[in-house]
Amino acid sequence: MSTDKTNEPEARGCISIRNVSKVYDPDGAKVLAVDNCSMDIKAGEFCVVVGPSGCGKTTLLNAIAGFHEITSGEILLDGQQLCAPGKKTLPGSDRIVVFQNGALFPWFTVLENVSFGPVVQGGLSDKDIRDKAREMLVQMGLANIENSYPSEISSGMRRRVEIARAMMNDPSVLLLDEPFRAMDALTKTVVHQFLLDVYDRSKKTIFFITHDLEEAIFLGSKVYIMTTRPAKIKTILDVDIPRPRDFRVLSSSTYIRLKKECLEAVHEEAIKAFTAGEREMA
Amino acid sequence: MTSAAPATVNTEQAPSSFEMSCFCFKQWLKSSGPYLNLLGIIGFIFFWYLFTERLKLPWFNKLPGPVEVYKEWVSDDPAYGISLYTPEYYHHILISIWRVLQAFFLATVLGVPVGLFMGWKKTFKDYTFPLLETLRPIPMLAWVPLSILMWPGREASIIFLTFLGSFFATVLNTLLGVESIDEVYFRAANSLGAKPKHVFFKIILPGSLPFIFTGLQISMGFAWFSLVAGEMLAGEYGLGYLIWNSFIMVQYPVIVIAMVTLGVIGWLSSAIIRVVGDRLMQWKVREAA
Amino acid sequence: MAPSSKQGNNHWVKLRKQVFRLTTFRGILSIIIFTVIWEICSWCEVPIIGNVPPPSAVLVALGKQLVSLAYWASWWNSFLRITIGFLIAQVLGIPLGLLMGVHRPTRELIYPVFEIMRPIPPLAWVPVAVIFWPTSELSIMFVTFLGAFFTVVLNIVGGATSIDTRYIRAAHSLGSSRGDIFWKIMLPATLPSIVVGMTVGMGITWAVVVAAEMISSLSGLGFLTWRAYVAGEYPLIVVGMMSIGIAGYVSSAMIRFIGGRMTPWLRTY
Repeated sequence: MSTDKTNEPEARGCISIRNVSKVYDPDGAKVLAVDNCSMDIKAGEFCVVVGPSGCGKTTLLNAIAGFHEITSGEILLDGQQLCAPGKKTLPGSDRIVVFQNGALFPWFTVLENVSFGPVVQGGLSDKDIRDKAREMLVQMGLANIENSYPSEISSGMRRRVEIARAMMNDPSVLLLDEPFRAMDALTKTVVHQFLLDVYDRSKKTIFFITHDLEEAIFLGSKVYIMTTRPAKIKTILDVDIPRPRDFRVLSSSTYIRLKKECLEAVHEEAIKAFTAGEREMA
Repeated sequence: MTSAAPATVNTEQAPSSFEMSCFCFKQWLKSSGPYLNLLGIIGFIFFWYLFTERLKLPWFNKLPGPVEVYKEWVSDDPAYGISLYTPEYYHHILISIWRVLQAFFLATVLGVPVGLFMGWKKTFKDYTFPLLETLRPIPMLAWVPLSILMWPGREASIIFLTFLGSFFATVLNTLLGVESIDEVYFRAANSLGAKPKHVFFKIILPGSLPFIFTGLQISMGFAWFSLVAGEMLAGEYGLGYLIWNSFIMVQYPVIVIAMVTLGVIGWLSSAIIRVVGDRLMQWKVREAA
Repeated sequence: MAPSSKQGNNHWVKLRKQVFRLTTFRGILSIIIFTVIWEICSWCEVPIIGNVPPPSAVLVALGKQLVSLAYWASWWNSFLRITIGFLIAQVLGIPLGLLMGVHRPTRELIYPVFEIMRPIPPLAWVPVAVIFWPTSELSIMFVTFLGAFFTVVLNIVGGATSIDTRYIRAAHSLGSSRGDIFWKIMLPATLPSIVVGMTVGMGITWAVVVAAEMISSLSGLGFLTWRAYVAGEYPLIVVGMMSIGIAGYVSSAMIRFIGGRMTPWLRTY
């Protein structure tokens, strides 16, 4: 746990991915998911990774999160080695994941979900945790649903609660794995704004995965475009749109120019993925 | 479902659950459902009466008819010694319930932890699951002679049989419950810094509760099933014994009385489990609403 | 995923991996340990478990039975009863269940009677069946039938009433007639529940047959086990139990195989 480093916020959350490869070997047939991938993510950067479905983005995220090992290369967090071949990396509360289809525990209320991190990490009294959780919910504009179960609130609310749950642990990095995938366009705009607000306020490093280009440019400071599996970096875009951003960005000329660049880079890969007959690999 | 505005859950304006159920009940009365239901049951009893007591069809005439059974059941001086007004009737019922309770309690107390543990630790499952799978296809009835042989006294062997029936169902459903929990919840918990004990008590236990309670309902059914088997072949009291004894003594109406009693108690016991389950799993109940 | 020419090869590799897995090894080990402990308990006369005849004695008894004609006749008798009772239950139960599933008034008329009958353990029917039917053979088949019948019908009704209405709407909008809806939508959509009902029903059927054979028959595996108890040939009890277990397992496996064939779209491996 790296909660003791909170006094120097600028230094936290710097990720270096160095020549990482990952080979899956489920039934004897070797599948190369990530091929020699390198990135340097500065502390406090909003980094978005875009690529066609099933290209190996999630594999990369899972490696950072510590859900599985990598085959070669290494991943560093704030200079400390996180992943290396043969090294068993454990998930930790310094890198919290927000999952594709959401992973709020359906058997806990919103408040219990948000308190989960501090409760299991120990150290705080129940009352302190509850107060902190309430405060977090108020800050996030979720105050009046604390006693609802996740199944009782809308999908947009659920994602926001999940982000609140992650923020409760004051993580170095927030890992978001296509969190807004199955949402309608209207809900998306609201949660995007919400995420941008959270980012502007906390300046956490965010590692965001998506296959939606517009979302990538709208949210990110840096967009990494990946190739079809095996995943390699094809292009890196610097998104020089000033923050705080809102929906007006979507009609600005910079945005449209970036989107065009992006589309050209991605289109070729999308066609490749499509003709390869890749099944949607979630 | 998806609302763009920061929606509030306004519980005050929604109709209360009581009003809702009143409304549903009224709607139900307006449909043809309840009348057809009633007609079906009355028709069943009527044909039973027609075949056995009125027309006295061959084969059917040996069976007790509904009128005969009813008269015997409510008589304060029953011909065969069993009716609503005889203490023996309640004695048999209580003995059976007491046996099921003991066995069911044991099966739950042992079965749920074993199932949870099997789902949690793969090594443990590897060692125990094959044993379970080897013993499970043997029907409870086939255990009767062996269990009489194993245990001193009939009481212990009947309870053992009843226990065995519900134990397998409980373990398997609990295991199924753990395995049904989406991997993503474990990842989320680990990512939030949960230690093994938290994973067990905060993820595995609540996550498998729905399956555990389904399992308990099934296992209650198995418990009654095995109890009847045990009592019929080895009992000295209880509803199963009552059925068997009345058969031997040619007191046929009593068989039907005991069968119906068994049905009612069996239904009640699974209803109780359902209610307890709903109380423990608020998140499921509210989801359905 | 991998191209289809490679898939067969993959499947083979998977199978080989499964056989030589640690899990298989541990499973075999645990059964061996169990048997050894059982044997030791039996020799040391440990209370309760020690009363069970030891595996060595069971093996001797099994050897004797395997070459005896009467033993195989018991198999044949039990299987015959199971097959007939089970088949009649399917022949009557599947159409009735489907009718109740698609026709609401029929369901409302008959379903409550089934609901009332369900909690009564099938065994409790044995005496009634013996009284009713003129021969014990018929009564055993009747009870067998009953055990499978309720399960099958209730499962089909459950399956038919929970079909996703989207499929029916889609079929309507593609121009299906009522007949098409039944044969091409309702029936296939209910098939998985029919298979589940058959699998569960098969389990109940074996339990009931054994009971009925113990109570009122002079043949079959249940009778074999009960006679062994009465005659004091205790190792034979275990042989009988094992035989019933294997027979039950084999019949369930058969049902699962047939069920898998009936619902190819659910196949997963």
